[in-house]
Amino acid sequence: MAEEVVLLDFWPSPFGMRSRIALAEKGIKYEYKEEDLRNKSALLLQMNPVHKKIPVLIHNGKPVCESLIQVQYIDEVWHDKAPLLPSDPYQKATARFWADYIDKKIYDLGSRVWKTKGEEQATAKKEFIESLKLIERELGDKPYFGGESLGYVDVAFIPFYSWFYAYEKCGNFSIEAECPKLIAWAKRCMQKESVAKSLPDQQKVYDFILQMKKRFGIE
Amino acid sequence: MATNEVKVLGSWPSPYAMRPRIALNLKSLTYEYIEEKLWEGKSELLLQSNPVYKKIPVLIHGDNKPICESLIIVQYIDEAWSSGPSILPSDPCERAVARFWAAYLDDKWFPAVKSIGVAKGEEAKKAAIAQVEEGLALMEEAYDKCSKGKGYFGGDEVGYLDIAFGSFLGWLRVTEKFNAMKLLDEGKTPGLVKWADRFCSHAAVKDVMPDTDKLAEFGKFVIAKIRAAGAAAEMH
Repeated sequence: MAEEVVLLDFWPSPFGMRSRIALAEKGIKYEYKEEDLRNKSALLLQMNPVHKKIPVLIHNGKPVCESLIQVQYIDEVWHDKAPLLPSDPYQKATARFWADYIDKKIYDLGSRVWKTKGEEQATAKKEFIESLKLIERELGDKPYFGGESLGYVDVAFIPFYSWFYAYEKCGNFSIEAECPKLIAWAKRCMQKESVAKSLPDQQKVYDFILQMKKRFGIE
Repeated sequence: MATNEVKVLGSWPSPYAMRPRIALNLKSLTYEYIEEKLWEGKSELLLQSNPVYKKIPVLIHGDNKPICESLIIVQYIDEAWSSGPSILPSDPCERAVARFWAAYLDDKWFPAVKSIGVAKGEEAKKAAIAQVEEGLALMEEAYDKCSKGKGYFGGDEVGYLDIAFGSFLGWLRVTEKFNAMKLLDEGKTPGLVKWADRFCSHAAVKDVMPDTDKLAEFGKFVIAKIRAAGAAAEMH
């Protein structure tokens, strides 16, 4: 039976980008379906009734929800090419820990940076930078979090790079000034076709954020 | 310390701390259990082995391998001791389903259970209860699909999702007790009611599942603390 892979997604979603990168790394052909989140498709509601969120990976008709679960699924099913998780159990646990940390911190802290102002924003910026620095320390001198090649944590984190310009403009700060090694790592990832093709242009994301701010009445 | 020794830092009322212990028991592994008295301050060992979150549970394998976050620990146990019974399903699709429900329970369902106890006003309480019941209905459906007529989400044996969900049963029962209500109800979720009894009496679980009355006493202590903190915050 021919493999049928569909990804329900929304172009600026860093979570969707993770699955795009994983699929590209494995060389898997798939159908990309753009969702209008203000008018969710019947397919999305059917495939993710619990959360009604993107991304949703549909493999031969069966849905897999939650981006990190999707990346692990992709890694396990198409295991003979470009492994994303290490084989050593302790290294695997470490990779899962950091991907989970990124999930718990980056999106919410980043959101607070662009959604708030004044004191609240100052606090959000401080916490956001602290988190980035912790992640940067974990990278150390390795070319990738995965070591010599792109791995699970790289895939989990690099999508947020497409949002950095938006965070910086909204928060009036420079991520490169705070975390130069992280920016060097991001640029290294962007050299890979799987990443470059999966991330939207940073200006486009910034324009999207400005639209969101208008819609929610945030100055 | 020998390179193969296992330590678990935990706290007896914590559902998260139960999870690695159940997994180690399923693999028939011996380990040293260290009780952290969290309300008396965190130990040096805890702060050293989990500097990012400073939380239990932590599993320390050998001399220098700390693993944090309960579900990550359970997966580690399954993979590091691969010769014992499998905790995660072998099929990638089933694994994704088990992971999905475990994440749902941690991120959405159990926070709703906790919020019943500290909800401000009847409306908020009703909403929390509704969310918990909705979740249980979803889990009943998931149980039907995953168990395929066998006794556990994992099939014949306790698996990842049994551990993830079962570890919350103590606090679920305390919540039922405090609010004089039945959340796990034979009429609405018959499969789960039987599964819960089966899970709690399993050899790998019964010694680490806290006694409901003891947990209830502890619960009163925690709620009082939260209310005091809330009242203090409102006074400023």
